[in-house]
Amino acid sequence: MRVLTVLGGAAVVLGLAAPAYAAPTPTTDTEVTPSPGAQTVTKAGTNFNNAAVIDAGQPVEVDAATGEYLYWSFAATAGQVHDIAATVTLPPAASRTGDQAWTVEVFDGLRRRQACVDGVQSPVAKTADASVELRCTLRRVRSWAEPWSGDPLPGTYYVRLSITEMPEEDLGQPAKVSLLVGATNEGTSADDGELAAPLNPVTKAGAVNAQPSAGPSGAASSSSSAEDEEWNWDWLPSLPKFSARWFWTAGGGVLAAIAGVVGFALTRRPRVVVR
Amino acid sequence: MITIIAPVIHRRVSIVAVLGLLGAVAVAPSAALADETENAPPAEPAKVELVLDVSGSMKAADIDGKTRISVAKDAFNTVVDAVPETTQLGIRVLGATYGGDDKAVGCKDSQQLIPVGTVNKVAAKNAIASLQPTGFTPVGLALRGAAQDLGTGGSSRHVILITDGEDTCAPPDPCEVARELAAQGTNLVVDTLGLAPDEKVRQQLVCIATATGGTYTAAQTPNELTDRITQLVERAVDVPAAAPPVAVTGTDVCEGAPTLTAGIYTDREKFEEHRFYRVVVAEDQELRASVSVALDRPLQRDYGVLLRAISTDGRELVRGTDAGSGRTDVLSTGLRYSGAYAEAEEKTDAERVVCLAVSNSFAAGAGAATAANAPGMPIELSIDVVDASPAPDAPGLGRGFLLLLVLAVSGLVAGLLAGWLTRWWVATWREN
Repeated sequence: MRVLTVLGGAAVVLGLAAPAYAAPTPTTDTEVTPSPGAQTVTKAGTNFNNAAVIDAGQPVEVDAATGEYLYWSFAATAGQVHDIAATVTLPPAASRTGDQAWTVEVFDGLRRRQACVDGVQSPVAKTADASVELRCTLRRVRSWAEPWSGDPLPGTYYVRLSITEMPEEDLGQPAKVSLLVGATNEGTSADDGELAAPLNPVTKAGAVNAQPSAGPSGAASSSSSAEDEEWNWDWLPSLPKFSARWFWTAGGGVLAAIAGVVGFALTRRPRVVVR
Repeated sequence: MITIIAPVIHRRVSIVAVLGLLGAVAVAPSAALADETENAPPAEPAKVELVLDVSGSMKAADIDGKTRISVAKDAFNTVVDAVPETTQLGIRVLGATYGGDDKAVGCKDSQQLIPVGTVNKVAAKNAIASLQPTGFTPVGLALRGAAQDLGTGGSSRHVILITDGEDTCAPPDPCEVARELAAQGTNLVVDTLGLAPDEKVRQQLVCIATATGGTYTAAQTPNELTDRITQLVERAVDVPAAAPPVAVTGTDVCEGAPTLTAGIYTDREKFEEHRFYRVVVAEDQELRASVSVALDRPLQRDYGVLLRAISTDGRELVRGTDAGSGRTDVLSTGLRYSGAYAEAEEKTDAERVVCLAVSNSFAAGAGAATAANAPGMPIELSIDVVDASPAPDAPGLGRGFLLLLVLAVSGLVAGLLAGWLTRWWVATWREN
């Protein structure tokens, strides 16, 4: 009985930990909704440097001209999945002469293109259409990635809304853009590593150095003799961060102990046989 | 230090002392950080100049039955009323004074109506009211004048050009002038508004806007014009978070290339040209570089940009690339490179140099004979050197049902073994 209670307790603990590892749910069918009380943003930037800063859940309503490149930026943290939905109310059909290919593109803090895993990213608006809808679901933001990879990392993200193909005659006509960035948090695992600094754009002006010095690099790891004489505690394992792994491992230990006792008990010769 | 003192004093006191010390340690770096950000120089205000065409063609009454000039005047009055007190705004006109037929004189007709500065609303409105459409359309001259009016300072400089007619004074071709002004590297952006639905005007204004990274709007109603000018002024006075980039000139080989520190830079790159820069990346640091090439001229349909990090001995370390087709304003890519992956041995700064090479695959578009290669397309380069993010260690703890099964089975086996051993030992002990 007692064994059962312990097992039950372990199951409850494991059950609590389990949802963190659930597979990401498809998001196309769901509606991106503004967060309650969020203030509407009525501006957009025209390049990476003056991109209008928005928060996830903050609706954007802005007047634009066709052919313009509109930029917004938002901050992302590890574990988030962003879903960008935009609706463009096109200029009156009478004043348009051809189709317009709209696109919503997403770039990370290093201005590297980010893939959309779901949603109509580049729809073509026919001449007769009154509006066009764009959608882009991004990958889950990881907490760490190899320097060589293009995986999404925490930091700033840029959204660019533009037309890639259109008749030149239709440039500069008034359009209305509404955009919303939705974010859901799907969590990260504690053993995914951590990025030392988020991928944010550099804001300070540059400075050109003279020739690099020939002396030893200042930031290189220095091992002074004083340090060598001290006791070295590096062999001690550092304590892992608190995570569900602690429950699994401790639970496994408990199970092993119980199984050990059971195994030991099985080898006792039953008294009936002795008599 | 703490560990030595701790046993001496009362335990509760020692905990307080340790917490206090930890607190002090935690506070110190954040205070230092705050100092650093506060010491940054205050951002210079953005400057805007409205350039209005007051040439003879503005008399045409084709915007909702009103003359173009009256619509423009109304729009200007609304904008002057709406701008915040602190806005650095100026107004320049072209074709406003000379009514004669002499082209040589008429094409020098451009004056600054209101100097760039905080706006005196009454004076500005009076000046606007006095305008009479008369002369030629020297757009190129007006653009040069506007660039001078705005000066070289300021975090961003915007010209909003409102015109209804094609430039009647070329040369200089206003688009060439715009490209030349942009090439001076002084952050000048020209937004254009066309008042007449004319193909040549549109082409010219689109060209000017594209050359400087501005926007083009075709205004068809008075409301559209007013709203658009207000929006453009609002955007223009929004000071970007980033400092103005520093101009740098990359070389075509890594040897002798300029050594950059963290910050943002601009350069120009022609078609098929390579630009090299150098950055010193220490063993425990990570290089983050990104490059954006602005498409400021008509180009062939497909294009690409490549940024490579190369070691001094010519080995490629990592690359960032992007390509596209169709209309776009900027093509950008970036890369990360961690110095930790270089061979870990004592190296001098000169040996820790990483070369960055920027190359492109652009080609001049059809009908762009004049959009020759020079002065190259504008590049914005941003360099950051941060602490490296080492690969996470394999976790010391496990998880999953397989782990539980393995532990339970090994526990069972251990228990059985222990039980049998005990039985065997007890049996032998009894016999003896």
